[in-house]
Amino acid sequence: CKKSDLTLTPTNDVTADIVYANPTGYKNSLVKLYATFGLTSPTGSDASDIGGLDPGFADFLRLFWTSQELTTDEAICAWGDTGIPELDQSTWSVDNQFLRGLYSKSILQITLANEFLRESTPEKLASRNITGADATAIAKYRAEARFLRAFQYWVLLDGFGNPPFVTENDLIGKTAPKQITRSALFTYVESELKAIETELPAVKTNEYGRADQGADWALLARLYLNAQVYTGTAKYTEAITYASKVINGGYALKANYADLFNLDNTVNNNETILTINFDGSKGTNFGGTTFLINAAISGDMNPTSFGVPNGGWLGNRTRQNLPALFPDPNGTQDKRGIFFGTKATVDAIGTFTDGLAVTKFKNVTAAGVAAPSLNGTFSSLDFPLFRLAEQYLIYGEAVARGGAGGSAAQALTYVNALRTRAYGNANGNLTAAALTTDFYLNERGRELYWEGHRRTDLVRFGKFTDGSYLWPFKGGTKAGAAIPAYRNLYPIPAADMIANPNLVQNTGY
Amino acid sequence: QTGTLSGKVVDETGLPLPGASVQIKSLNKSTSTDLTGNYRITGLSNGSVTLSISFVGYSTLEQVVAVQGNTTANINLKPDAQKLNEVVVIGYGTAQKKDLTGSITTVGSKDFQKGTITTPEQLIQGKIAGVNVTSNGGAPGAGSVIRIRGGASLNASNDPLIVVDGVPLSGNGPGNVANPLTLINPNDIETFTVLKDANATAIYGSRASNGVVLITTKKGGSGAPVINFSTNNSIGTIAKKVSVLSADQIRAYVNANGTAVQKGYLGSSNTDWQDEIYQNAFSTDNSLSISGAFHGVPYRVSGGYLDQQGLLITDRLKRATGSISLSPTFFDKHLKVDLNLKGALTDSHFANNGAVGSAIQFDPTQSVTATNAFGNYFEWMQGALPNPNAPRNPVALVRLQDNNGNAARSIGNIRFDYSFHFLPELHANLNLGYDVSKGYGQVRVPQYAAQSYSTQGSYTQSLATTSDKISEFYLNYAKNVESIDSRFDVTAGYGYYDNGKTDFFTPSYRATGQLQVQPTFPNNTLRNKLLSYYGRFIYTLSNKYILSGTMRADASSKFSEENRWGYFPSVGLTWRVIGENFLKDSKVLSDLKLRLSYGQTGNKDGIGDYDYIAKYYASSTTGQYQIGNQFYNYYAPAAYDPDLKWESTTTYNAGIDYGFLQGRIYGAIDAYYKKTKDLLSTINIPVGTNFNNLLTTNVGNMEVKGAEGSINFQAIKSADVNWDFGFNVAYNKRKVTNLTLNPDPGSKVGAGNITGGTGITLKYNAVNQIPGSFFVYKQVYDGNGKPLEGVYEDLNNDGVINTSDQYFYKAPDPNFTFGFNSSFNYKKWTLSTVLRANIGNYVYDNVSSNFGTRANLMSSAGLINNAGVDFLNTNFQNSQFLSDYYIKNASFLKMDNVGIGYDAGKIFRNKATTLRITGNVQNVFVISKYKGIDPELTSGIDNTLYPRPRTYTLGLNVGF
Repeated sequence: CKKSDLTLTPTNDVTADIVYANPTGYKNSLVKLYATFGLTSPTGSDASDIGGLDPGFADFLRLFWTSQELTTDEAICAWGDTGIPELDQSTWSVDNQFLRGLYSKSILQITLANEFLRESTPEKLASRNITGADATAIAKYRAEARFLRAFQYWVLLDGFGNPPFVTENDLIGKTAPKQITRSALFTYVESELKAIETELPAVKTNEYGRADQGADWALLARLYLNAQVYTGTAKYTEAITYASKVINGGYALKANYADLFNLDNTVNNNETILTINFDGSKGTNFGGTTFLINAAISGDMNPTSFGVPNGGWLGNRTRQNLPALFPDPNGTQDKRGIFFGTKATVDAIGTFTDGLAVTKFKNVTAAGVAAPSLNGTFSSLDFPLFRLAEQYLIYGEAVARGGAGGSAAQALTYVNALRTRAYGNANGNLTAAALTTDFYLNERGRELYWEGHRRTDLVRFGKFTDGSYLWPFKGGTKAGAAIPAYRNLYPIPAADMIANPNLVQNTGY
Repeated sequence: QTGTLSGKVVDETGLPLPGASVQIKSLNKSTSTDLTGNYRITGLSNGSVTLSISFVGYSTLEQVVAVQGNTTANINLKPDAQKLNEVVVIGYGTAQKKDLTGSITTVGSKDFQKGTITTPEQLIQGKIAGVNVTSNGGAPGAGSVIRIRGGASLNASNDPLIVVDGVPLSGNGPGNVANPLTLINPNDIETFTVLKDANATAIYGSRASNGVVLITTKKGGSGAPVINFSTNNSIGTIAKKVSVLSADQIRAYVNANGTAVQKGYLGSSNTDWQDEIYQNAFSTDNSLSISGAFHGVPYRVSGGYLDQQGLLITDRLKRATGSISLSPTFFDKHLKVDLNLKGALTDSHFANNGAVGSAIQFDPTQSVTATNAFGNYFEWMQGALPNPNAPRNPVALVRLQDNNGNAARSIGNIRFDYSFHFLPELHANLNLGYDVSKGYGQVRVPQYAAQSYSTQGSYTQSLATTSDKISEFYLNYAKNVESIDSRFDVTAGYGYYDNGKTDFFTPSYRATGQLQVQPTFPNNTLRNKLLSYYGRFIYTLSNKYILSGTMRADASSKFSEENRWGYFPSVGLTWRVIGENFLKDSKVLSDLKLRLSYGQTGNKDGIGDYDYIAKYYASSTTGQYQIGNQFYNYYAPAAYDPDLKWESTTTYNAGIDYGFLQGRIYGAIDAYYKKTKDLLSTINIPVGTNFNNLLTTNVGNMEVKGAEGSINFQAIKSADVNWDFGFNVAYNKRKVTNLTLNPDPGSKVGAGNITGGTGITLKYNAVNQIPGSFFVYKQVYDGNGKPLEGVYEDLNNDGVINTSDQYFYKAPDPNFTFGFNSSFNYKKWTLSTVLRANIGNYVYDNVSSNFGTRANLMSSAGLINNAGVDFLNTNFQNSQFLSDYYIKNASFLKMDNVGIGYDAGKIFRNKATTLRITGNVQNVFVISKYKGIDPELTSGIDNTLYPRPRTYTLGLNVGF
């Protein structure tokens, strides 16, 4: 044989030049960036693109949700899976696999965005004879790739503070990335979001599931609301500016709160700004809303009524603090309270029926029709990553915290819009005097619970670690206890500390 | 030139030895004895000739005979217990046992494990020091894990290279057969030769790090056809069931502790679910062979038919095998041709193994049947549907799944060995071989089966083919130079290996015919090639000092052009001390040989065929993403390492071969040290540097230290009574010494999960630990020694119990393995046994940790389950998966086999018909502190093992 015969190539896999040979390839590759949000792997539920993490765990939303909800008053999980008990009890270690998973998944999406940016430079387009309108469209894709990258850097900024930092200038290889400080990362995310503001498609003009200016503003508003935490410098005025841009962007509240979290959320929905999309037969995933729905119910809660006849995982429910925020836990008055069960008090972590089940998310339409599902477990419910209600509350809180450019009166209008929808009438409406800063933490609990905001909110209000606010098993005791303040940040995962000698661990770990 | 030499060759008791080889080397004449032990060599001129007579198991005799016309010379051969003159196959050639320089052990068919053995590797279980063969369970034809000296790799393969009659097996299986080796009929195998140290294996270069197993099949004889028929008929019974609570215990427990609702779930039956799914398994294994010589061409033709049931109802393997071996010679024996063809067809029905675990967990108070829409099998319901949190009825799992597989395989080769007319010491050897297979399977579950109610049943198919081609050519020059009392043996060769496997993808359907999942591609081919040059040099001085060296250069398609070539040298030095004058006349010592060797071997198996290439892979039909109203397929970049290269293992070996009392006591002792560098390990890489946070790359070091010894003892040796013992022991310890680019003692990577929760990693590869060590919490016990639920020691003293308090505790590797076999022979009766023991191997009791909790027994999802009896010790509410309480010492002593044979010999006065009757029991007993079903688990995680049967076999062997 000839020695060149030893060069063999795979049957079905291809090179970058074939993937990006034409504009369709660019569009598909852009979709791949979004797909990283909604899937654990390009081959569906059985594979994980996070090494060393079970495919069922490797979904972005599941990991993000776990880091934002399980360590707070809003959720607790019955399972003994490695790393869950310590998240339940605010005693996570540097080895926690869910935190490592989130960190890895966020950086993976960044790495993929960087690859897309490298392959879509004007020079690359020219070399592949892609010009004119196609090139213009791809320039917009680039802005979206940068948005997705900025979003994931925000996740890291918020959760881990000082992650490794890679851009399209860092080629694939073994050279360990440098670490970036939290304040420098804030500046980077801010500058990126501002830089692409004009390059993204105009607000409410992009396809369903893709980011436009609305998403960019919404993330900027969220970023500025928490600037005090991230950098030590408050930016409430800027929060008001960008929340207002969203609010004036043409969005409107969906009439019925519950319909934001069932299959009707794809119909006549002007509230949701950006979604993560799920599909129970074409994009299978044991994370995402499949996880949110199944883990919150058991086999004897009539899973069919949740659109998952083969589901029910007996895991997540809420600690008693969340239902206590509502006038009643049955949703009789404030219809946002969607709970199931009889015992609100959590006495035992491992007992699913200790604590009320949260049945907000459903894989059925309001009329009870389920979506097709390959196995009776996978959900087709899309998840709202950004929605208008959050922007109302950002506006109000930033005003309450002294930001300029908004008014208390306007804030009251927004809050009462939410409460009128919640109560179905004006009975829940408030007066301006009620809108203290602390009010917003509770109102965010009522409006946004289980949507991945809680940890960020508790940190911003100084209640995530200290003893002023407790929940069962905070700090490992049933009564709840303060935990050290360094736990306001998650640790850099031990695995990456070992692999990457450039990293310095967050203080305290 | 009309002289003829003839005579009879007989054994020590005067019985004829048919098939003995009789040679006059100087004249290049040879023959073999016929059935009555007679030989005849014609065309001799008068004068003295040296006759060389050899027979397997006997000392080769060189006798000078003066030929004078028609001369008669009768020969008495003496048995050679140690078989020092036996010819042993080594890589690319043969050698006499006494001249071996590497650590090599051969087991012949006489010493194989007896009874119902359906897969070849189990023939040598317990027979060779340092070679562990562990079956994967008791399913018909189930494969085994073979480990020679523990294995030298982490994420690359730890399987040895297996070479069948000169055809190296790639390890590609066609699927739809329990184990690809099952496709070779064990009855056709003559010998197993295991190469252990690098001096022996390095000639196989890149595939040699985990040892090499050479399998030689039976060949043709000489003279009239000899027909042999053997039949083994057996019944397999369940040796041990998992201890679970009885129905009455469940009722008592729930009535005492349950809620009114839970009490209402209890049934009134007493069902032993394990009895419901296991059966006595019958099997019949029949072989017919004819061997002899036809017009001077030795041939052997054989056929076999096996029909084996499994313990699990509906499990069944049917196998037909055939083989042909021809060994003609041409040009006055200058050209020897060796043709081997083997074929096998299997037809399997695979039982749903999910029933094994379900039978442990299922509530014994329920009856098997009920009146419902799910085939009338009892199921836990939730409204009109099966409760999704419940296990499914074990009997229904088996009965309502129809999983059939067919596989076909053929291995063949033709070898030409030409001894040059002008230079007979020079041989040219060409070996052309193939190994092709095809496997097809289909699985059907009906629409009404509870196990797939959510998909309304299922219909899936699978199809795969493999095709391996090899071609090898070598030249060998061997010459005795008596003037300097030396022998030179030089080999140089070339090899080319092309291995391919193609998987064909078919859509899956619901039982209703509705399409479930459509594959993205019709098929996928995985292919790799290897190009090799190799050489060996053996220099023997005075029959006492032997220096051997080998070198192999391999180029693999699995690596980029820059990293493609690997070079694997070895050198061995041997001193046959017994040949020295001061020992020559020793009455006590009959053999003493010292061996020292060093060598490097490689490994590349177990990694993908294209891992070094930057590539994008396509999303599947279940990996689409929705944008707008459209679902998109796309390509995703895969993580890759362009710098992948060979993993390389350096082995040092020192050994002694010894024999006492004319070989009545003999054996070998070896000590070795293996060091692997550039380990192909899957490690954490700095996140952000590739398209995954884990990458298989050349990082890390591992070392293996070990020693092994064997002793064989003919305790009694007489005409009527013989008693042989064989005993072997091995110590082996593996340790990971580095796993990162920047060495860090804290690095670890998951190496094995448990069943129960999700993503619970129990085993890790970690620095300074045995690969696959258990990483657990340290359990705290109360004063009575009862484990306190969820209470663990705060090992790092930071005031909180979290994953930072886990520690490494024990590993599945045994420290010591022992094998013992004995054969007692009285006249026509033979009694034999094989025992094995492992010491220091630990098992994680996943059955107890998963099922032995109150939350499982009285599930909050509205059903009752059974629990393992260990629940009565712990009384745990919830699973405590990572407690070291569940890590148990699983040292064991097993009697693999006890058998009795009656050799009736000739059963008719005037016919050559012989008869042998055997009775065997396999898996006779297990002695172990471990309470689970079986302590012998390669993975170290006991999770619903398919029970290994206790098998009773009656065998009949008839020769004509």
